[in-house]
Amino acid sequence: MSRERRAHPYMPNSAPALKAALLEELGLQDAEPLFGQIPPDHRFRGHLGQPPALSSEAQLSRHLRSLLAQNRPATQALSFLGGGCWQHHVPAVVDEIVGRAEFMTPVWGTPSSDLGRNQAWWEFTSQLGALLDLELVGLPVYSWGCAAGHALRMAARLTGRRRVLVPARMCPERRAVIASYCGSADRHSAIEIASVACDPAGRLDLDALAAAAGTSVAAIYFENPAYLGGLETGALDVVAIARRVGAEAIVGVDPSSLGVIAPPGAYGADIAVGTIQPLGIHMAAGGGLGGFIASRDEPRYAAEYPTLLNSIAETVDGQTSFGLMLFHQSSYGSRELGKDWTGNSTYLWAVGASAYMALLGPTGFQELGTLIAARTHQAAARLARVPGVRVPTQTAIFKEILVDLTPSGRTVAEVDKALRARGIYGGIDLSRTFPDFGHAMLSCVTEVHEPEDIEAFAVALEEVLA
Amino acid sequence: MTLRRYHAAVWDEPVIHALSVPGRRGQHFESADPPAGAIPRALRRAAPPELPEMSEPDLLRHYLRLSQQTMGMMGVSLFGTCTMKYNPRLGERLATEPEIAGLHPAQHPDTIQGLLAIVHGFDTILRGLSGMNRFVFQAAGGADAAYTHVCLTRAYHAARGEGDRRTQIITSLQSHPCNPATAATGGYEVVTLPLGPNGYPTLDALKAAVSDQTAALMINNPDDMGVYNPEIAEWVRVVKSAGGLAFYDHANFNGVMSKIRARDLGFDACMFMLHKTFGVAKGGGGPAVGAYGCSEALAPFLPGPLVVEDGSRYVLVEQPVGGVGKVREYLGNLHQVFKAYAWARAMGAEGIAEASDTSVILNNYMEKRLLAIRGVSRSHPDQPGWRLEMTRYSLGQLFEETGVSAVDVQNRMADFGIDAFWLSHEPWIVPQPFTPEAGEMWSREDIDYWIEVLAHVVDEAYRTPEIVKTAPHQQVVRKLSDRNLDDPEVWATTWAAYCRKRNSPGRFTAAAE
Repeated sequence: MSRERRAHPYMPNSAPALKAALLEELGLQDAEPLFGQIPPDHRFRGHLGQPPALSSEAQLSRHLRSLLAQNRPATQALSFLGGGCWQHHVPAVVDEIVGRAEFMTPVWGTPSSDLGRNQAWWEFTSQLGALLDLELVGLPVYSWGCAAGHALRMAARLTGRRRVLVPARMCPERRAVIASYCGSADRHSAIEIASVACDPAGRLDLDALAAAAGTSVAAIYFENPAYLGGLETGALDVVAIARRVGAEAIVGVDPSSLGVIAPPGAYGADIAVGTIQPLGIHMAAGGGLGGFIASRDEPRYAAEYPTLLNSIAETVDGQTSFGLMLFHQSSYGSRELGKDWTGNSTYLWAVGASAYMALLGPTGFQELGTLIAARTHQAAARLARVPGVRVPTQTAIFKEILVDLTPSGRTVAEVDKALRARGIYGGIDLSRTFPDFGHAMLSCVTEVHEPEDIEAFAVALEEVLA
Repeated sequence: MTLRRYHAAVWDEPVIHALSVPGRRGQHFESADPPAGAIPRALRRAAPPELPEMSEPDLLRHYLRLSQQTMGMMGVSLFGTCTMKYNPRLGERLATEPEIAGLHPAQHPDTIQGLLAIVHGFDTILRGLSGMNRFVFQAAGGADAAYTHVCLTRAYHAARGEGDRRTQIITSLQSHPCNPATAATGGYEVVTLPLGPNGYPTLDALKAAVSDQTAALMINNPDDMGVYNPEIAEWVRVVKSAGGLAFYDHANFNGVMSKIRARDLGFDACMFMLHKTFGVAKGGGGPAVGAYGCSEALAPFLPGPLVVEDGSRYVLVEQPVGGVGKVREYLGNLHQVFKAYAWARAMGAEGIAEASDTSVILNNYMEKRLLAIRGVSRSHPDQPGWRLEMTRYSLGQLFEETGVSAVDVQNRMADFGIDAFWLSHEPWIVPQPFTPEAGEMWSREDIDYWIEVLAHVVDEAYRTPEIVKTAPHQQVVRKLSDRNLDDPEVWATTWAAYCRKRNSPGRFTAAAE
């Protein structure tokens, strides 16, 4: 028995009679003539090699769930993976807000008809600015690394110089992104990246920095906290060195630290970048990443932003509204003459981060930062007592701990495998990226870790290394 | 047809700082005492950040009200070039479960076999649709995929010792701004071809531009006007025989999916936007994915690592040195790849072909009805034949006759629940442009409603133009004043800047609080 073709659930006009009626309006029997612009020899007539359709949601759901069941997520293991994408508690209301169809589906709209979303974006930049102690904040970019790359390019344009200094021990993923952004097909406009020596917690060696800083340097980029967890106690000195040589001081920060750690504005950083992922965004295998660029509210800096900039504004009858400022300098406004480029970014996460920041408020961020600092130090001290483990930096660190397994004579891969068998993800393997550490991993602790989690990790390590 | 008695929700919702009440809390964390020296004194925050203080229910309702003051896809949104389509809720919902949302990007491959199977499965789907040999998903948007191509072009020519000579990237005036912009960011000189009489640049113009300095061609086809360049295969031959790479910006894939394949036309690489063609939600501008695919010869230059099937399991394989490296941390917005995979599986080959048919049928149905409206014309009116999934229209005549602009019409249509149409990328090649794209998800009733609203607004423009010029009237707020937001004394991206500037002369009359 032949069955009539069914309308696809996602396509209202695919019911055969409805499609025929539309074609009839065009005087056609089938759609083929509509593709008459395409030369016959351009047309593909073979099989597209697609797997069979699962138009039944029941079937599709079963298939997708069977794939997902093969994942063992960090949030359901005991995970100490961090390094720029962190496991934090995501408040339930944030999930509800980012899941609202009105925030999830829009493309662009008008200032009047998408006012609510534009206001949520403005509340995002406002609150991030408050955390950073900086008054100019752009709409988000793809990630921390992308934000740092853009910021270094801003500095090169601001100074007319083509050399930047970065910490030797920074996140290799981030560093690779920066390398792309600083590269150029025109060797005269490429930005040279020079590494400055660091201590084992990633803090810059100030003597080495002072020696490397000269009047050819466009920017000094540093991180606070550093990739390896160290708080940059020399932040004021770094900025002073940048000032002395006329370079821009760019700092990369983790906003979840800013309830307790001095903000970039307080130590005089010119541009701040970082990630918005810790602000209530799920990790999603890296899908939760998002970056920001902020600075003092000065025309000199504003003129170099590649991001869209969302300003408070007002309507013809004096109501509050929001509008884009300096749009002409974006790639939408000026194509290749614009500042780098912009496009779809991570704007839904700006809405989530806005809700998260308002939910925590000043006291919530202080509690969060205090708790993470306490747990980090507790974990560092406990792990240092594991035989065969060395923790070179046990104070003035935040979230990240360098755990050196070299004294145990075991590789990170071996230890990691044994920990995994116990349901523990111990940390990021640094033995290939920073071989001079020997066999070291970067283990991360946040507010989601209880003291018994830290103890369980230490005991498991003791067993594995015994 | 009777138009809807629509009015947007109006809550007069203040900005959140104005709702703050000292002492309120929205989230607690356990108390803890870090050891002395945990945070060195010099690095302690001196004053708390000036964030709002809110309780949880008040905060939730604030953002729910803001969501109600956002039209999104509650009305009809035919935003051209962005392919507004249904975002299936199964994928959206499953992506929030821990098996996706709770994955750390640095997890060992053994613990993410399901995820890697999805990435590989979707790579295979895109290979089938394009003829390319390998896709990666690191690029976090279409523009980022264009940038990926620029980086790959750089690496490719450098590896052949031609990096210094190949200094130009060719594109067209109708390409998306991201193509020239990313080319310039990557250090290339941009050669922009003007449009010829048929709506696309002439082959002669291309031949005159191509030389041994050509690094790549970056081109879309069809363009945003629904015009397909029938000489595109010859274009690719011309560029490749001169040693350049040919990149297909497949932003406008919806009208041609299943009908042509980029690799079969000779292209070296192409890009698909999963947040457009493949059903992933826009989110107001991301998180997005620009899926970048290329030929076998270019695969060694792709950003890594690659997901590779190894017997019964999937592994991550690092890429050789000398390629792109990274354009973004980790493997990409893989939760969005998951949703796109779910969409493609729900559609199947037949559904994908049906979607392309439908989007082209609906566009031409719209075109027939829209061109019957006074004051509306289309670009290249003398170019015969059917357009593909989009048509570029002009309200130039309406503007000449009534003084009502395309933006005015856009604002007035919003009064009837119609989301803004797309105008045109810069530069405008017709006056007062607008570009709807019907896609496959909107019903005929939706399309008819959209057309009726436009006809009504055009009628108003001729009878009572002031109504249109002062629109919107039924929206959350009225249109922006003409105050210059490019003035440093006026602009404010933060509450702190607003508070500092609000008493400046000529500043706001409104109080955000």
